[in-house]
Amino acid sequence: MNVADWVVLLGTIVGIAAYGSWRTRHVRSLSTYLRGNTSTGWGTIGLSVMATQASAITYLSIPGQGFESGIGFVQNYFGLPLALIIVCAVFLPMYRRLNVYTAYEFLGQRFDEKTRLLAAGLFLLQRGLATGVTIYAPAIIISTVLGWPLDLVIVFTGLLVIVYTVTGGSEAVALTHKWQMAVISAGMLTAMVVLLLRLPDGLGFTGAAHVAGALGKLQAVDFSLDPSRRYTVWTGVFGGLFLSLSYFGTDQSQVQRYIGGASLREGRLGLMFNAVLKIPMQFVILLLGALLFVFYQFAPHPVFFNQAEWRRHAQDGRFRAIEAEHASAVAQSQSAIRAWLQARASDDTAREASARAAMVTASHRTHAIRAEAKAALVAADPRAKTKDSDYVFITFILTQLPHGAVGLLVAVMFAAALSSKASELAALGTTTTIDFWRHFRPLGAADDARNMRVARRFTALWGVFAVAFALFAGFAENLIEAINILGSIFYGVLLGLFLVAFFLRRVSGSAVFFAAVTAQALVIVMYFSLNIGYLWYNLIGCAACIAFSVALQAVLPPRADADEGHAG
Amino acid sequence: MTPAPRPDERSEAAPPGVPGFGTWRGIYLFVFGWFLLVVILLSVFTGIFS
Repeated sequence: MNVADWVVLLGTIVGIAAYGSWRTRHVRSLSTYLRGNTSTGWGTIGLSVMATQASAITYLSIPGQGFESGIGFVQNYFGLPLALIIVCAVFLPMYRRLNVYTAYEFLGQRFDEKTRLLAAGLFLLQRGLATGVTIYAPAIIISTVLGWPLDLVIVFTGLLVIVYTVTGGSEAVALTHKWQMAVISAGMLTAMVVLLLRLPDGLGFTGAAHVAGALGKLQAVDFSLDPSRRYTVWTGVFGGLFLSLSYFGTDQSQVQRYIGGASLREGRLGLMFNAVLKIPMQFVILLLGALLFVFYQFAPHPVFFNQAEWRRHAQDGRFRAIEAEHASAVAQSQSAIRAWLQARASDDTAREASARAAMVTASHRTHAIRAEAKAALVAADPRAKTKDSDYVFITFILTQLPHGAVGLLVAVMFAAALSSKASELAALGTTTTIDFWRHFRPLGAADDARNMRVARRFTALWGVFAVAFALFAGFAENLIEAINILGSIFYGVLLGLFLVAFFLRRVSGSAVFFAAVTAQALVIVMYFSLNIGYLWYNLIGCAACIAFSVALQAVLPPRADADEGHAG
Repeated sequence: MTPAPRPDERSEAAPPGVPGFGTWRGIYLFVFGWFLLVVILLSVFTGIFS
């Protein structure tokens, strides 16, 4: 990075954080601090929801996923638009009508305090752990880019987000999200344009797409019913629906983004904005990864993209031999691709099929050598980190983009990390204050100023916890998977609690509480004993919670206060 | 314990204030239709390039 990169990086990241802190330095109202400004429009809400979901992992791991496994991961988002419609029609109007600060307050009003505390506790557990993992992802990039110690980067990014989130609360979070999304959009667009310009002469987007498709990278949809396949249309629609419904409907980091705002209309339109744009956005990011795969068929690249890890272990002649073998395989693969492109243009079907087979074989050989390199790393050090797909996009940024653009793309990673982190910290602080502190200190609940101070302290404490956890998160090999798996284990049951609350009018607090505890135990046992796609745990946890609630309600003695004779 | 809430019919009936849409149900149908279109386009994309 040169001076231009530094100016862009610091100007955007520190500038946005400072702007957010400065603009919200006078926030005195508890409602504004926890729910944001009451004049916020749908555009800001929509961008804030988007920025919260799209963490640095989105822009770091997902291109790597497209590079390594193709664009099938886009199916994971198929349930999202459907979930957002349900949130708009059912969840959001209720949250606004009850004027709650957190989603779990609603459960307290509908059932009882122990159910509210259980739901809030599940949220704090999974989100608290995830927040540490997500702060770790950008830190890897920055430490790789700048050669800084990883721990120093974690602490620096953590402190930056803590400052403006603690200062301005939810209002600062929404305000900074707008500008962070602008930086992210500009950066990703720049990367895509540069990538397309750097493709070999005559190949272009269409040619590159045909190469990627022929090598199995562009299968966007898979209608297979095989339950062991991780990404299919069905896991995306059903598992993804439950995951998205849990995330957008019950996760406070998202609920907090849309329950404020000028009106119910603004919140709804903000969510619909995401329902329309999310799948195309993820498709483009995955496509970027698939096109990177094609680009690197023609450009020199390392056998293992995490070069720091490679250099740490690749000391002897065996590794040099693997590097030489890889270079040779890449050259052969390149020739095979060019031969296939020529055969394709010749309209000779037999020649095209033969050239395609040769190209696929050459690609498989390159892939096998990469696998051999990873095996060699493990042989040298069983604790070596063998997943390098997270480093593919950043390697492209550092080696192919012009100065200035490098700073912008590093700023994209920072902006994404800060935006999702800020929402999480605000939500963790709010939930701890509203659902736990107020519960155990009911006398303090009436004092808004005191609530503000407590919320600020809890937000700061969660920030410190996240930083501390991130310092030990090196074990998380595939970051996005780790977070999704963690979410799937807890989200299903959490969603089950809310669905029972909304739709099963006769179920009481005790029944749903014990049902949720049992369902959560079941999901954890299944996770450690079965091998099924993790998105299914959302559905299983939710279904188990609902079924157990109904069954328990049938056997529990009826309660006088469980009558549903009046509407809430 | 408060009983399960009923759907808020007033909020559904209120016009969304979006040109071309008279009800929220219309907007939801549009979003659902858009989702189907995206899936179809992705299927076509897969068919063309795979």
